[in-house]
Amino acid sequence: MYTSGKYNSRGPALIPRMKIKHRIYYITLFSVVLLGLVATGMFQFWPHSIESTADWTLDKRSIQDAPLIRLPVSSPIPERGDLSCRMHTCFDVYRCGYNPKNRIKVYIYPLQRFADELGVPISSTGLSREYNDLLSAISDSDFYTDDVTRACLFIPSIDVLNQNSLRIRETAQALAMLPRWDKGMNHLLFNMLPGGPPDYNTALDVPRDRALLAGGGFSTWTYRQGYDISIPVYSPLSADVELPERQPGPRRYFILSSQTAIHREYRAELERLKEENGEALLLLDKCSNLSQGAASARKRCYKGQVYDYPQILQESSFCVVLRGARLGQATLSDVLQAGCVPVILADSYILPFSEVLDWKRASVVIPEEKLSEMYTILKSIPHRQVEEMQRQARWFWDAYFSSMKAVGLTTLQIINDRIYPYAARTYEQWNNPPVVKWSSVNSPLFLPLIPPRAPGFTAVVLTYDRVESLFRVITEISKVPSLAKLLVVWNNQNKSPSEESLWPKVSVPLKVVRTKENKLSNRFFPYDEIETEAVLAIDDDIIMLTSDELQFGYEVWREFPDRLVGYPGRLHLWDHEMGKWKYESEWTNEVSMVLTGAAFYHKYFNYLYTYKMPGDIKNWVDAHMNCEDIAMNFLVANITGKAPIKVTPRKKFKCPECTAIDGLSLDQTHMVERSECINKFASVFGTMPLKVVEHRADPVLYKDDFPEKLKSFPNIGSL
Amino acid sequence: MQARKKYVLLGLCACCWVLLFYWGGGVQLRLLRLLVRQRGDLVRSWPNWTDRAFLPRYAHLDELQMETGMAESPRQRRQAWSAIYKDSHCRMETCFDFTRCRRRGREGFRVYIYPSEKTDRVSESYRKILASIAESRYYTSDPREACLFVLGIDTLDRDQLSGQFVPNVDDRIRGYPLWNDGRNHLIFNLYSGTWPNYTEDLGFNIGQAILAKASLNTEHFRPGFDVSIPLFSKDHPQKGGERGWLVRNSTPPRRKYLLMFKGKRYLTGIGSDTRNALHHIHNGKDIVSLTTCRHGKDWEKHKDARCDHDNLEYERFDYQELLHNSTFCLVPRGRRLGSFRFLESLQAACIPVLLSNGWELPFSDVIQWNQAVIEGDERLLLQVPSTVRAVGNARVLALRQRTQMLWDAYFSSVDKIVLTTLEIIKDRVFSHTSRNKFMWNSLPGGLLALPEYSSHLEHFPFYYLGLGLSPSQEFTAVIHAVSPLVSQSQPIMKLLQVVSKSKYCSQIIIVWNSEKPQPSRSKWPPMPVPLTVTDGRRKTTSRFLPHVAIETEAVLSLDEDTVLLTSEVNFAFLVWRSFPDRIVGTHPGATSGTP
Repeated sequence: MYTSGKYNSRGPALIPRMKIKHRIYYITLFSVVLLGLVATGMFQFWPHSIESTADWTLDKRSIQDAPLIRLPVSSPIPERGDLSCRMHTCFDVYRCGYNPKNRIKVYIYPLQRFADELGVPISSTGLSREYNDLLSAISDSDFYTDDVTRACLFIPSIDVLNQNSLRIRETAQALAMLPRWDKGMNHLLFNMLPGGPPDYNTALDVPRDRALLAGGGFSTWTYRQGYDISIPVYSPLSADVELPERQPGPRRYFILSSQTAIHREYRAELERLKEENGEALLLLDKCSNLSQGAASARKRCYKGQVYDYPQILQESSFCVVLRGARLGQATLSDVLQAGCVPVILADSYILPFSEVLDWKRASVVIPEEKLSEMYTILKSIPHRQVEEMQRQARWFWDAYFSSMKAVGLTTLQIINDRIYPYAARTYEQWNNPPVVKWSSVNSPLFLPLIPPRAPGFTAVVLTYDRVESLFRVITEISKVPSLAKLLVVWNNQNKSPSEESLWPKVSVPLKVVRTKENKLSNRFFPYDEIETEAVLAIDDDIIMLTSDELQFGYEVWREFPDRLVGYPGRLHLWDHEMGKWKYESEWTNEVSMVLTGAAFYHKYFNYLYTYKMPGDIKNWVDAHMNCEDIAMNFLVANITGKAPIKVTPRKKFKCPECTAIDGLSLDQTHMVERSECINKFASVFGTMPLKVVEHRADPVLYKDDFPEKLKSFPNIGSL
Repeated sequence: MQARKKYVLLGLCACCWVLLFYWGGGVQLRLLRLLVRQRGDLVRSWPNWTDRAFLPRYAHLDELQMETGMAESPRQRRQAWSAIYKDSHCRMETCFDFTRCRRRGREGFRVYIYPSEKTDRVSESYRKILASIAESRYYTSDPREACLFVLGIDTLDRDQLSGQFVPNVDDRIRGYPLWNDGRNHLIFNLYSGTWPNYTEDLGFNIGQAILAKASLNTEHFRPGFDVSIPLFSKDHPQKGGERGWLVRNSTPPRRKYLLMFKGKRYLTGIGSDTRNALHHIHNGKDIVSLTTCRHGKDWEKHKDARCDHDNLEYERFDYQELLHNSTFCLVPRGRRLGSFRFLESLQAACIPVLLSNGWELPFSDVIQWNQAVIEGDERLLLQVPSTVRAVGNARVLALRQRTQMLWDAYFSSVDKIVLTTLEIIKDRVFSHTSRNKFMWNSLPGGLLALPEYSSHLEHFPFYYLGLGLSPSQEFTAVIHAVSPLVSQSQPIMKLLQVVSKSKYCSQIIIVWNSEKPQPSRSKWPPMPVPLTVTDGRRKTTSRFLPHVAIETEAVLSLDEDTVLLTSEVNFAFLVWRSFPDRIVGTHPGATSGTP
């Protein structure tokens, strides 16, 4: 600051110094203000990106505020849709890029109103309520981005849901005007009512270049498989009428036809069916004596009797959905909402979301030609399947038809699944209703393999400091023919394992793993040292299992590699007085758990135990130093849906060292604690996954009157 | 003075700035957005319009319910369609004559094979296909009762340069009185087109025949009509077939190599783009992608700078060894879209990573391929390594098991491939008694889940877990009786008592196979459960007939002289409930299983 110290001592020098300081101060301030002004101005007038021309506010606005664009007559028209378009030819994947979330980014154009040069709007309705709902749902989803440069998919805000309200040529021009149109690449249009009289095309007639079309009413000839998406025709009744879900089961009518615009040829056919089968069929038509208007759409009549629509749909097991002039019918949505099984008669119709939904589980598709056989065909379906279909139909409506949001997000999810096929939702995710999702089991080891005997198993011995007993266990196990490796988990941090020379000599590799903390879950850690599929978890005091019993246990595990195979069995019981689960170790007829003091299981369960255990179960086990075996039983039963297998008649381990602990009082607190574990785990899992069985596995000749030396496993239950 | 002026100027500037900032039209908003964007929460969303409630409906209810313009008669329209939608626009409803398959179920679906002429050379593969059909339960030797026709002429190889090429097919099929422009005909093909473009051209007009073809292109595929089949080699076994190579689910499921490819690269022509780029992802460590230029006679003519180096590297690795030791296997397109390596890697449990844009995958109608393979995009080759690296262990485990399931169910022999093709077509013909996708894609596969038995999942023993169900609490006892009824102390009487006492028994059916006629109703003791006696027509297999009377899933099949205790019956039934897909029996005599 100070150039020299001498100025300080001299009075007169103060003034020029002040001036200089002042000037510097002033110039700085001035240039800051000037720079700010210039910067703000630049910021103001800099052409940011295309979207900055469209204004937007944080406040509420009216649709009338949307800018009005006049289309010149000569404005270009896109080409008609190319029928050979597929994702790999007409879709630019580079825009979507590789991203760890595997989620496409969708951009919505800001709202503009389009009109021709004379000021006549391109659409008679403008933005419809449904399209607005759809766009706001997409905008609220995680697909949405407001950054046009990051977007992979573009959705125009031009509403083309209903072709009847559109001026085709002008709409096409408006599409081509979109700033990122680029031959329609990566653009998605939603259309529910395509075509118009008299020939009713099955796809939107607006020329649209390469744009993807989510259309309601595609036929197999206009639908570009793997490119377009077939969507439902939204029924406004979905929002207006609430139909409570009904229990599946037989209904008052067997078949119901509620459509009003049925061709007379078909109506005659239906009348004939009605004549043949009487009361089981109900054929409704529009009411002639009611005044026109909204009310007439909600009423149906049969011979002067008036029925409420869509409520009446709930009274029938099957509901006919015939094609009209268009293939897609809004009735389908009403029928599904009512939990009525749709009987679809519309040849060549691409059912909504057929790319992912399995319609065979929710509907009956009958060729139009076979309308006369409809009754016989439907009668041949088993009752339970009809109930299943009713449930499935309602679930399809709930998940995919009930709102414009559902329709829009499902469409985006389907496109997302195509772009990131390796992260696609599975058949089960798309088609299983929540009830099934909750109760069904998709075991990670679903292939019924019988692993070869040769790799053998790895014995994992958990030990703390009972060295003598440990050595006896090791010596005993080493006699089992299929033992491949011994792994000792040394859980005592204060004491080192004994010298190598003191360990028993065994013929298989023996590894000692020292743990960092004395935790029970260490025994279930997926150690790299475990190279076999089969793991034998064994405590360091289990010396009473014979070599035959262990070998037999391994053979049984090979037959059931996805189950726990163990020796002493335990049971969980519901205590009616206490209203809780209870742990039972006494003589019972049933088994739902096996103790992991000695049990075979697949190594994969070690992974799941360590990394995928739900809730805080793992911590609970380590904190209480108990119940790791119960936790393992819960885990395995939960993901496989199967009970453990108990081998050999053994119920208890007779272990001389344990008798001290087996004292009554200790035993009781032990039982209380174990019961607590069961209750805790059941609440974490949200259900009781354990399965009860009444059988165990024994060698085929066990206990048969037969020379012992001819039996493969003579030494079972002998200790 | 000067200083004051300066300050006034400064003040003015500041004022301008402030004014510009406040009224400058969205500057503050933009700034705000810039700031906010950095924090990343506020996104410009679709506005919540104030007049949202006044928006019109997209269509009026009346418009949705009552369409105009329904003058055309549906019957006429269907006829008109058959005339319009032919050849490349064929669909089942326009190009297939359903009336030929009128009789329902198996009886209705019969396949006829044209007799082949002595002069015909039939390739090994086509011979296997024909043998599979002839041995199948759908075969008929009478063309009048056939629903589907298969040519005796070998159409597998339609490459004109190939030795297997059969000339003059067009003329010959026109001569067949049954040809009928190909209606209800099924044509098998593995190779079409020829060098250099390998188009889909078969060299003859298939008309309205269904095409079962390998390497089908989505563009030429007639959805719901054609069937895409896998390319298989001439050594593919006709029957049986080798099982998948996966014998155990090792964990962690990663193998030595992450991704591998070993194959030819084409220096010129179609398919060369993809294969020439494959070396880019080779890293010699966990990704091994080897190409050789050596193929054909004149490869050295087109040889490029990489060839020598590539050829050297190529020799270092063994294909079979890589197949066994790789988690993922690249399956890029060759000259045609499909390649042998697709089935090879499927069998080897090496998860296929497809790079074959526009390939209609084999049996795509029914198989959910995204659960068994990774579908890549030829344009995104360089993303493939990061994609496969990102696939988690649990998914690798699932994908790998599914490759094996599909291999064993549909691909391991020519027989399975052909039967799957026929079953797919049959499912289309009898669409309301057909398998759903769940049946096709879960164990044990669609060929073993017969829709004639039931279209309801719960009726099969395979799907309980997948649907969250448990087997029902009741069983039906089927007793096979051969000796005449003479006394009340006969073994069968005791057996009836024992079985009917079981709390799980819902009904008893006696299959009467004795020489003597059925005894009168009163001869049988009174039972707590319904007892039915049916005539077995003296056939031993009649005990396993799917009697309509059996309403339960579980069947307890008994001989008349079986000695059992009620508790044994009960126990056996409980064991069956744990293993509904197995036959559960007490030792020597009785068995209980599913229908």
